[in-house]
Amino acid sequence: MLTDYAPILILLGLVLAFAGGNVVFSELASTRRRGIDKGSSYECGMGSVGNARLRLSIHFYLVAVLFILFDVESLLLIPWASSARGFAAAGVGHVVFAEIAGFVAVLGVGLAYVWRKGGLEWDR
Amino acid sequence: MPLPLVWLIKVVLIYGGLITVAAAMSLAERKVSAWIQWRVGPNRVGPWGLLQPVADGVKFIFKEELVPEGANQTLFRLAPILSAVPPMLAVAVIPFAGEVSIGGHVTTLSIADLDISTLYVVAIGGLGIYGVILGGWSSNSKYSLLGGLRASAQMVSYELSLLLSILVVVVLSGTLDLRQIVNDQAGPIFAWNIFALPVGPIAFLLFVIATFAETNRHPFDFAECEPELVGGFHTEYSSMKFALFFLGEYCAMTVMACLTTVFFLGGGNIPWWPDAPWLLELTCFLSKMGFFLFLFLWVRWTLPRFRFDQLMALGWKVMLPIAIANVFVTGALLSLGWFA
Repeated sequence: MLTDYAPILILLGLVLAFAGGNVVFSELASTRRRGIDKGSSYECGMGSVGNARLRLSIHFYLVAVLFILFDVESLLLIPWASSARGFAAAGVGHVVFAEIAGFVAVLGVGLAYVWRKGGLEWDR
Repeated sequence: MPLPLVWLIKVVLIYGGLITVAAAMSLAERKVSAWIQWRVGPNRVGPWGLLQPVADGVKFIFKEELVPEGANQTLFRLAPILSAVPPMLAVAVIPFAGEVSIGGHVTTLSIADLDISTLYVVAIGGLGIYGVILGGWSSNSKYSLLGGLRASAQMVSYELSLLLSILVVVVLSGTLDLRQIVNDQAGPIFAWNIFALPVGPIAFLLFVIATFAETNRHPFDFAECEPELVGGFHTEYSSMKFALFFLGEYCAMTVMACLTTVFFLGGGNIPWWPDAPWLLELTCFLSKMGFFLFLFLWVRWTLPRFRFDQLMALGWKVMLPIAIANVFVTGALLSLGWFA
């Protein structure tokens, strides 16, 4: 039922008003004094060298890709998980479990492959 | 009383409660730290320091706003909002107690009862990462950038274990509805999912560890690892924008404590008393939640911080294989009729 979601919309409005309102209000209410180097990054000690728009370590990219892979695979398990009891009650639990076991095995083999290839080594 | 008004009352009560708990946590954080270190903690504002969060709030509003040079103006202002909103939205489906009567309407004590509420919590909770990574990148500071990257890598890594340990609970209860998961655990204390041997305790441990990593708390607080990254992704933030990041973190901790209670400790169920009055159920729920909130603080002052490669190794090489095997064993035992 879509009306189930209506209270969430009220909450969304309230939360956005609270968060957005806080940012706007403090922009208006806060004191403002200009000063030399006040806007420099970190604002303390020696000035930072170069720009912070750096190239990133490829590791972070790899983690993101692996996350998407495993996250989608485990999302595909959710329909099975929520109906596993029903299958077991209907007496076809073994068959469905055999199928899902194959799927979980693929998940495991994928993890083993990444591990073997060194995709999980952070300090390399 | 019209139905939308009932919704509004519930939204205001529960959201207000969440903000209050988050504010109380900001005081509890300092009070508990103080007790553990044999200090007194904040005790100047109000009796026993109780008005400290109010004083902090007023101070935050009037502090100077700084936007560093070269920062992306829009994203820099958007990031705190993006980081605070998801955990506040996720509280919508938490079933705090059973049926209550508001103005003639018999309704349940949660903002919304969805049949896919588990998915909703995971999906909305996962959005919190945008605020962290955008805040880190848009500040144009190297500390912020590294803090944001680390935090996001850590959050996505532990989200897998979190999801897989929730899957075990979903298999055990056979539903994605948080309220039905709670009802499923009514009765004796052994009906709680944490006692669903042998997989329940393992899933519970994985879940609790993953919640610590998801909320960037000790011993996984690499987002704001002081000796290395100063303040992490919110180094450059000041005033209310900084406060929003903190509020978001405390709200996320509260929601995670609620979820641990719902998934593994039977929600508001009182053992051996399935038809308890709603007020007692609510008290029971809040005390279980309070225990897990206290656990966040207790662990913070007990364990040393991990190293970043250790954190990633723990997430990918220990927790993920155990979580996958756990789901596998749960499925096998269920089809053998173990959990009948």
